[in-house]
Amino acid sequence: MSTMSELHAEHEEHHHAPRGLMRWVLTTNHKDIGSMYLWFSFTMFIVGGAMAMVIRAELFQPGLQLVDPNFFNQMTTVHGLIMVFGAVMPAFTGLANWLIPMMIGAPDMALPRMNNWSFWILPFAFSMLLASLFMEGGGPNFGWTFYAPLSTKYSPDSTALFVFAIHIMGISSIMGAINVIVTIMNLRAPGMTYMKLPLFVWTWFITAFLLIAVMPVLAGAVTMVLTDKYFGTSFFDAAGGGDPVLFQHIFWFFGHPEVYIMILPSFGIISAIIPAFSRKKLFGYSSMVYATASIAGLSFLVWAHHMFTTGMPVQAELFFMYCTMLISVPTGVKVFNWVATMWRGSITFETPMLFAIAFIVLFTIGGFSGLMLAITPVDFQYHDTYFVVAHFHYVLVTGAVFSIMAAAYYWLPKWTGKMYDEGLGRLHFWCSLISVNVLFFPMHFLGLSGMPRRIPDYALQFADVNAIVSIGGFAFGLSQFIFLYMVIKCIRSGEPAPAKPWEGSEGLEWDALPSPAPYHSFSTPPEVK
Amino acid sequence: MSFNLRPGVTAISEQVYDLHMTIFYICCVIGILVFSAMFWAIFHHRKSKGAVPAQFHESTKVEIIWTIIPFLILIGMAIPATKTLLAMEDPSDADLTIQVTGSQWKWHYKYFEHDLEFYSVLASDMEQVKGKLKKRDNYLLEVDHPLVLPVGKKVRFLMTSEDVIHSWWVPDFAVKKDANPGFINEAWTRIDKPGIYRGQCAELCGKDHGFMPIVVIAKPEDEYASWLAEQEAAYLAKQAAEQELVAMTMDQAELMELGEKVYLKSCAACHQPNGEGLPGVFPALKDSPIATGAVSQHIDVVVNGVPGTAMQAFGKQLGLKELAAVISYERNAWGNDTGDLVQAKDVVAVQNAAQ
Ligand code: HEM
Ligand SMILES: [Cu+2]
Repeated sequence: MSTMSELHAEHEEHHHAPRGLMRWVLTTNHKDIGSMYLWFSFTMFIVGGAMAMVIRAELFQPGLQLVDPNFFNQMTTVHGLIMVFGAVMPAFTGLANWLIPMMIGAPDMALPRMNNWSFWILPFAFSMLLASLFMEGGGPNFGWTFYAPLSTKYSPDSTALFVFAIHIMGISSIMGAINVIVTIMNLRAPGMTYMKLPLFVWTWFITAFLLIAVMPVLAGAVTMVLTDKYFGTSFFDAAGGGDPVLFQHIFWFFGHPEVYIMILPSFGIISAIIPAFSRKKLFGYSSMVYATASIAGLSFLVWAHHMFTTGMPVQAELFFMYCTMLISVPTGVKVFNWVATMWRGSITFETPMLFAIAFIVLFTIGGFSGLMLAITPVDFQYHDTYFVVAHFHYVLVTGAVFSIMAAAYYWLPKWTGKMYDEGLGRLHFWCSLISVNVLFFPMHFLGLSGMPRRIPDYALQFADVNAIVSIGGFAFGLSQFIFLYMVIKCIRSGEPAPAKPWEGSEGLEWDALPSPAPYHSFSTPPEVK
Repeated sequence: MSFNLRPGVTAISEQVYDLHMTIFYICCVIGILVFSAMFWAIFHHRKSKGAVPAQFHESTKVEIIWTIIPFLILIGMAIPATKTLLAMEDPSDADLTIQVTGSQWKWHYKYFEHDLEFYSVLASDMEQVKGKLKKRDNYLLEVDHPLVLPVGKKVRFLMTSEDVIHSWWVPDFAVKKDANPGFINEAWTRIDKPGIYRGQCAELCGKDHGFMPIVVIAKPEDEYASWLAEQEAAYLAKQAAEQELVAMTMDQAELMELGEKVYLKSCAACHQPNGEGLPGVFPALKDSPIATGAVSQHIDVVVNGVPGTAMQAFGKQLGLKELAAVISYERNAWGNDTGDLVQAKDVVAVQNAAQ
């Protein structure tokens, strides 16, 4: 943090802001809060990654070597929770905080005091979640999906902590989302009509509505788990008139839109970077907006595709299959548009562009496996195997996380006023790209040949592929420290960056603000023509 | 290891395999087209080659085309998928019915039309898991009592669970169905080829989720019939023998020896071999109020389980002799020296009291 305070020290002079630690605790500035979100997210990425390494170390060989099965389940659960709620979502919120005001010509977010709160409750939520690992009985061990009755009747005592942690994360997300919506609706510079909003702003706008719609559903689900476990209700207990499958319906009604919450902002990022390094306008701006909106809309109709094996009426299975397949149409439109943007451009390959190109290819592979999973009769074979693990890591890691990396490289000069080391950036990219595919691609094979997910030990036939996967995992984990080093080096000793370091980039943040951007982005709103 | 789905041994599993390959090839073709266009652009439209950016950034015609064509492809996929799904979800007119009950962490099979039911538990022991013993070929995919089914008959499965959600999955049949506590799910299969087919539980069901395999032996009809007759006779004989046991008395050495065996097989997974349990997860038996308190209460817990906890009822799974032995063992091992010896008749007394 000290490096960050140096960074902004020169601006503080004019604002009588508190110094030292209190500056960060009390800040209402969108840039400070954005930075804190991003650092928090990176910390969680490393913590969650360390847990993934525990999982991969245990799975390196058949048999149990390092951890007992109960702890293994805690690791998968907390890894999933941390990556979803601690790494990806806060990273996007951090980007939103930094970029939305700069992109729409606003001085700050609309509700700065709430912004401060929505960040600062997060560390408490995650401390609670992590502390529960050290309780007697251990932390949550029922998967990030916490299906009842495993989570209601058979869970450790720390479940109460888990529930409260989720509540707090949910409140934080909702506050963040409200802030985004209010900012976009009210603080646009004169002339910045909706159809002129940069796509990152558009995708976040839509994401924010998704968040507000589904986080209360999650809150409801965890609350019901809480009362079932501790207060004698039986929402999910057949013996008391409840239904465990009801839990899954509620969970996935939240959970499916949630996975789009983790990918829509990526679409916005990629739609900024691809045109910039192709030196050509984004192809099909308006169809991009409509595609995003239709993906968001469809995401509410497909939740039960996670539950084909629970025993649904065949009509319901057909309905959910068709709707799920439909999502690939707008998603395809996006991919085609990006490719059309690159077509006949004048392309260069700086690190953000490398990550963006990798995003398109690898996310599309994740999309293909998603389409395969949508086909209900075949999903029976894929469901709950490593094929699914491969699928969602392609969309979450080489999708969401790669886009976040791309964004970090792309806007780092604007944030810090300094250029990052391009050589390190490329090194980070190539190490990540190769290792991430060694890590996740063979998981498809494991799943197809019958390895269930969430198991601490496996049959001998899976041994070789698991060893390769684990090696990929350690390599990917280590590669991320190059990124950390690159960021620190950039902040400390990067070359000064011009206002517009990328030849082809467009937008208010490049054209109307210097690098680094001033503490309060636009004190007078720019005119948008 | 095969690197792809296997076609399996049923008509349905073959359809599923074909569907999988069809979709996979379609994805490959689309992928090749899109990625080649992209890599063409990467190679030919790069700045270092002097490429000058074009000015187009919209074309309603193109955008409509690449909305409609994928839509048509999807319809082409949906038709065979719908056919297969409808066939899969039709369990009517079955020749025999098996009730499959999952619990932490074993399967219970009941032949609906016959006097036969049994538990099926992992056969690889902890020594193999811990790496102290060489792992056998079917490590983690072997059970003590496989399910035996006839070839060529439509077998209907009724799935349910006693505690959490499990999922019964045999890849070669393309059958995967959740076993939900308090509800019954249906699935079916008709196996074409005799053989041994292996699967695993496919829903996170707690600590030993990875140790819940499924083994099905498919036998030709006549072999199946004689197997069934044999098993039924043995099952009835065992029940009769149980009745005689009530009159017998076992001595301490016998109780402790058998008790330890049963304990390690059925109880140690949760309460641990040293009886100390897992703090906060599974209670200790060493010095516990139950294992050192009233005998009848101890018997009740083992026979009927503790509703709402992971402690299940062992009354059906274990024989009277085994129950008596394991309870005696728990009351006298690890320094619990209560000196209580439990006999089959004590167990029966508790069972009768519950009825
Ligand atoms: C270093 C990179 C990573 C590795 C090696 C890794 C590995 C794993 C493994 C082995 C599992 C367990 C799969 C199972 O048995 O079901 C898992 C689960 C999961 N991972 Fe990752 N992962 C990584 C990064 C990520 C990231 C960045 C995200 C999210 C953006 C993520 C999200 C998840 C989720 C949601 C689960 C499911 C947890 C559950 O089953 O409850 N992972 N990961
Ligand atoms: Cu299970």
